[in-house]
Amino acid sequence: MNIYVLMKKTFDTEEKIQVSGGAIEQDGAEFIINPYDEYAIEEAINIRDEHGGEVTVVTVGDEDSEQQLRTALAMGADKATLINIEDDVEDGDQYTTSTILATYLKDQEVDLILAGNVAIDQASGQVGPRVADQLDIPYVTTITGITIDGEQVNIEKDVEGDVEKVQTSLPLLVTCQQGLNEPRYPSLPGIMKAKKKPLEELELDDLDLDEDDVEAKTETTDVFLPPEKEAGKVLEGEIDDQVKELVSLLRTEAKVL
Amino acid sequence: MNFTLSEEQEMTRKMVRDFAEGKIQPRAVDIDVKAEFPEDIFKEMGELGLLGIPYPEEYGGSGGDTVTYALAVEEIGRVCGSTGLSYAASVSLGSSPIYQFGTEEQKQEFLIPLAQGKALGSFGLTEPNAGSDAGGTKTTAKTDGDDFIINGEKCFITNASYAKQIIVTAITGKDDRGKNIISAIVVPTDTKGVTITDNYDKMGVRGSNTAEIVLEDVRVPKANLIGDPDAGFKQFLQTLDGGRISIGALGVGIAQASLDRALAYAKERKQFGQSISNFQAIQFKLADMAMEVEMSRNIVLKAAWLKDQGKVFTKEAAMAKLYATETAFRSANQAIQILGGYGYMREYEVERYLRDAKLLEIGEGTSEIQRLVIARQLGC
Ligand SMILES: Cc1cc2nc3c(=O)[nH]c(=O)nc-3n(C[C@H](O)[C@H](O)[C@H](O)COP(=O)(O)OP(=O)(O)OC[C@H]3O[C@@H](n4cnc5c(N)ncnc54)[C@H](O)[C@@H]3O)c2cc1C
Ligand SMILES: Cc1cc2nc3c(=O)[nH]c(=O)nc-3n(C[C@H](O)[C@H](O)[C@H](O)COP(=O)(O)OP(=O)(O)OC[C@H]3O[C@@H](n4cnc5c(N)ncnc54)[C@H](O)[C@@H]3O)c2cc1C
Repeated sequence: MNIYVLMKKTFDTEEKIQVSGGAIEQDGAEFIINPYDEYAIEEAINIRDEHGGEVTVVTVGDEDSEQQLRTALAMGADKATLINIEDDVEDGDQYTTSTILATYLKDQEVDLILAGNVAIDQASGQVGPRVADQLDIPYVTTITGITIDGEQVNIEKDVEGDVEKVQTSLPLLVTCQQGLNEPRYPSLPGIMKAKKKPLEELELDDLDLDEDDVEAKTETTDVFLPPEKEAGKVLEGEIDDQVKELVSLLRTEAKVL
Repeated sequence: MNFTLSEEQEMTRKMVRDFAEGKIQPRAVDIDVKAEFPEDIFKEMGELGLLGIPYPEEYGGSGGDTVTYALAVEEIGRVCGSTGLSYAASVSLGSSPIYQFGTEEQKQEFLIPLAQGKALGSFGLTEPNAGSDAGGTKTTAKTDGDDFIINGEKCFITNASYAKQIIVTAITGKDDRGKNIISAIVVPTDTKGVTITDNYDKMGVRGSNTAEIVLEDVRVPKANLIGDPDAGFKQFLQTLDGGRISIGALGVGIAQASLDRALAYAKERKQFGQSISNFQAIQFKLADMAMEVEMSRNIVLKAAWLKDQGKVFTKEAAMAKLYATETAFRSANQAIQILGGYGYMREYEVERYLRDAKLLEIGEGTSEIQRLVIARQLGC
């Protein structure tokens, strides 16, 4: 089975994030594999181990994305492809990424594509479904379980905490939700082997794409951090007075009434 | 000059940090309070290949280098000194004599399970009357046909209760000048006459197993002797040098953890209407801690690098052990001070850092012994 994983490098949202000039400060930020993509990698490896075949991890990124690809290889993926758009694309969006990925995948023999449910940085959740749409294959989002039997695929999908059971067939794209599995740590032998595994680097040219073909459909006008949480206020006095004060504050200060 | 870590070193550091924070940190307080050796954590570390980092694949290892190993020890030590000590003791003292001096048969039989993490290593040198002075060893190994018969007593031996075999030092004879020859012999722990008890109630590293070993007419094949039977203990000094790098790395981990906790707390804690990190008295403490952590890490990694390059590293290993472990103690002490009354409470963990760090100034050669080693290297 030919399995592809769509992976994104993101900054670690548990580390301190700094914004300057309408963009996130890249220097000093810690970069990681998007956590939802880790579920995708783990599931891809498990499916390969059960059904045979090969796992290829694909990312659209820059030179530094190699580190996250190597980590995926260390976890057990077989091959990696880095589509480096550093020199070609200034401000991409979900359209950009999905068009590049779909163009690449059209030339591959694909049985199953796994992606994360969302990327924790921009959280659009669009890239997976858009790729499937462009490839004209079915897709199921936020999966928490998958079993494959020949061409037939049985899926458990998270719907706001409930489970929906879906039956579909290969070729297929799924996006992975927390609860699907517990991603493994890359082992030391895995880390040592990762360097020897094939990592292909492509640019837009190699996919016969022009910058214009992938030009963003949206424009980001500003990026800012949420306002700092201010200290809470504890009301005092008789209950009746407190309620009155609360209502008045909700009306005048919080402006929610 | 290039301080950049290789991709493998960087990936290992990140993986061990994730593992340590995910799997060990949540249990660190418990491991200390209950003084329980976390056997299951070692099983997982073995599966990840951590117990075989500096050994080649053909012997069940991961084919990494000393720098990678030091980074791993630091990350484990950052969350749990007990786990870090048992880890370092197994890889450095418990395994490396076999790798460095063992015969092919000994490597096949003893090193492979250690490197694969299927067994835990242990090294028994210290005796009730021979601590800093290994020359005072009383344990004897007398030849009887193809066997040794070993008699003696060892104390404070890390991992002994959980080990499949212990490397034990014993007097095997006398040299030309009539001085005792002290050799190292592999003793499987299930051999008749071996009694291991772990009743110590320790100040720190409470989750690391420490045991007393009594050897009474213990019979092991002469083939279990490691290295040159005539060379004596001198050949193992190199093993101790290597071990010092790992104890230094453990010190860096505890010192870094102390700094992390103290810095985070100082920014949060408000007194006199502002964060205590605004007070210069606190800032200077944090600045000193950060500087010493950085310097400790530098000397530890330099000693590891020298070892990887096949260069002499005795002096740097002693400096790394001495400086990093004393830094760990100072940093932990300052962290408690910065946390005030909270720092004195177990829940906040920094008091444990201090108790764990204290052992590092004693085990694998006390601070005084490190100074002696450095002075000797200076030609004194
Ligand atoms: C938790 C723990 C784990 C341990 N694990 C192991 C292990 O796995 N294997 C093992 O073999 N041992 C182990 N040890 C033993 C440890 O290595 C010894 O405790 C250490 O070497 C010191 O020996 P000692 O306790 O006999 O102290 P002593 O040697 O009696 O030293 C007492 C004091 O005198 C000082 N001193 C001694 N000689 C000199 C000198 N010439 N000049 C100046 N000062 C001197 C020392 O620095 C120290 O301050 C462990 C100890 C502990 C506490
Ligand atoms: C075992 C124990 C028994 C105790 N018994 C009692 C008791 O019986 N009664 C009682 O009332 N309290 C008691 N205490 C509380 C003790 O007095 C306080 O812990 C102590 O005063 C420090 O306060 P804190 O812990 O809030 O630390 P903080 O005041 O938050 O101090 C944190 C750190 O910031 C430093 N710092 C604070 N302000 C400044 C500044 N302006 N400039 C420079 N540095 C500053 C401190 O020196 C410290 O290093 C006890 C505490 C313990 C641990």
